[in-house]
Amino acid sequence: MSNAPALPDSSGRFGEFGGRFVPEVLVPALDELDAAWRSFRVDPAFQAELRTLLRDFVGRPTPLTFASRLSADLGYRIWLKREDLAHTGAHKVNNTVGQVLLARRLGKRRIIAETGAGQHGVATAAACALFGLPCVVYMGEEDTHRQAVNVHRMRLMGADVVPVTGGSRTLKDAINEALRDWAASVRETHYVVGSVVGPHPFPALVRDFQRVIGDEARAQFAGSSGIPLPDVVAACVGGGSNAIGMFTAFVGTGARLVGVEAKGRGDGLGEHCATLTYGRPGVLHGARSYLLQDAEGQIASTHSISAGLDYPGVGPEHAWLKDEGLAGYESATDAQAIEGFLALSRTEGILPALEPAHVIGWLMTRPLPAGTTVLMNLSGRGDKDLETVRSWLAERVTPSRSPAV
Amino acid sequence: MPDTRLGEGLGARLRGLRDAGRKAFVPYVTAGLPGVDEALLRGLAGAGADAVEVGIPFSDPVMDGPVIQEASKRALEAGTTPAAAFDLIRRAALDVPVAVMTYLNPVLAMGMEAFAGAASAAGVAGAILPDLPVDEAAGWMACAKAAGLAPVLLAAPNSTPERLTAIAAAGGGFVYCVATFGVTGAREELAASARRVVAALRPLTETPLLVGVGISTPEQARAACGFADGVVVGTALVEPLLRGAPAEVIDRARRFREATG
Ligand SMILES: Cc1ncc(COP(=O)(O)O)c(C=O)c1O
Repeated sequence: MSNAPALPDSSGRFGEFGGRFVPEVLVPALDELDAAWRSFRVDPAFQAELRTLLRDFVGRPTPLTFASRLSADLGYRIWLKREDLAHTGAHKVNNTVGQVLLARRLGKRRIIAETGAGQHGVATAAACALFGLPCVVYMGEEDTHRQAVNVHRMRLMGADVVPVTGGSRTLKDAINEALRDWAASVRETHYVVGSVVGPHPFPALVRDFQRVIGDEARAQFAGSSGIPLPDVVAACVGGGSNAIGMFTAFVGTGARLVGVEAKGRGDGLGEHCATLTYGRPGVLHGARSYLLQDAEGQIASTHSISAGLDYPGVGPEHAWLKDEGLAGYESATDAQAIEGFLALSRTEGILPALEPAHVIGWLMTRPLPAGTTVLMNLSGRGDKDLETVRSWLAERVTPSRSPAV
Repeated sequence: MPDTRLGEGLGARLRGLRDAGRKAFVPYVTAGLPGVDEALLRGLAGAGADAVEVGIPFSDPVMDGPVIQEASKRALEAGTTPAAAFDLIRRAALDVPVAVMTYLNPVLAMGMEAFAGAASAAGVAGAILPDLPVDEAAGWMACAKAAGLAPVLLAAPNSTPERLTAIAAAGGGFVYCVATFGVTGAREELAASARRVVAALRPLTETPLLVGVGISTPEQARAACGFADGVVVGTALVEPLLRGAPAEVIDRARRFREATG
């Protein structure tokens, strides 16, 4: 059942996507990381150490919960993979623990990361505290305000949070700044990329650390439902790591894979970050993939109520899955995400992060036939978003379509 | 006047200088930044530049430090495009070769062939794409060469001997030797790594070897010219433009020219 992904190929490509479009100074480090990735995948000692950490530090396996009241409301049968219960509150920690372990094996003495919602930054800070490594997290200045609680959490765990004031002051600019730091510090520093984006081998490396989500969920689903596969496997897509982590175990099984992107305020360029829905191919942050860009190839500014989805690119493996017809990509607006947040809170007693709340918002549009079985990745918990939700609600009347309690 | 419309224009010019025992001074400015007009480009040539590097701004310049980031941002806010940059270069009609420096995505957005063709038609002699390492560059190099554009590649302080060999064999115009780890911007001193990159490349190629990234003072330029064939100077010349002082750019260019000899 651990179907091994065939891609990327030796040049780091998923079909025509991926690759390694970076300044020459970073190439030797990527070569070194590529070799390390190839060896850790098959190294029993590394895998054993990782498994122990995932169990004892992260708290894996995370549960699978049948969402009975939400299911009854929507007319589906919905199971939630509870990545919100992973240590630090999101799936991001699966990757950071793996990469920091790898960095230590490579003899790196310093860790850097970018963060959008702050969840990846928090997860990196936690892994660095665990291993006693210094940690610098770049975060767009706008996001440091939107996600102030996570800034505090990172600092408490000893990370140095650097607000990025260039460009649009969000996730893409934080990645730019992390890449600049890495170009200067590459000999002693490892860059813990936070999603399945960036130059090869990051998209494959991060996928391999996140695929535990889908591997666990597939077995748990079969056990809980008594049927081998769900009809639909759904996850939100920012860079795409929680979705790839969920999808990898199901590619080619016949389950329909659905990624849900953030449609923000609407479909105009600059109003959303639904890259696969509205973008076209280009090169950003080291890889060829779909991008939100203008006619001249300048990267567009984006908007989403959820900082973790607010990114104008997407992982190259998703671009390939889309073009091959192996996965489909839908979108949900800010308002739909809020409705999803409220619905899950009231029906299941779970406050979701606004990122996976987009998946619930999409399901609430009843896009599937009644009775469909849905396995969705609940990629994180909503504590970080309480202020955003509170101020949204304060500015508006309660959404009319919120489910009756 | 050399025929700067041929891709050989850039390499030939720089090789000619080297054979005459002289060093190349190549200033960089960002197209579309207020203050960067035909007069400024001509002023740089008049101050003794051997070639001029014109940046076509990109929204996400990962190889650039704060000064050129800010210049790129202001240029984009002022509405500049690759077509406008080519237009500026055509109108300036310099008697020294012009190379453009940009990132891969604006090239892809126009189409590699169309970009190379438009650059060449504007009289551009070479192109530098810092996010396109040699292993990914085959398609672009074919388009550039077909259009008569020299595809300049970058070498880094940590490039392996195998990679330096590939860079030396594939690139055109000159090899852009990145002096130090990191991005463009001012440095207190010339990094020792600059000398190592040049020394490692020297036996591998006849192509002129220019040092760039972190040449911030005339003294550093002079030191680099002790072992390299010339220097590219960007941040130190763009910085006065951010203060609205274009006359200072020409002044500084003269001092760099004197220092490089
Ligand atoms: C809870 C949660 N889900 C999803 C994402 C989006 O990232 P990805 O698409 O890589 O899973 C984030 C990013 O911060 C997140 O915090």
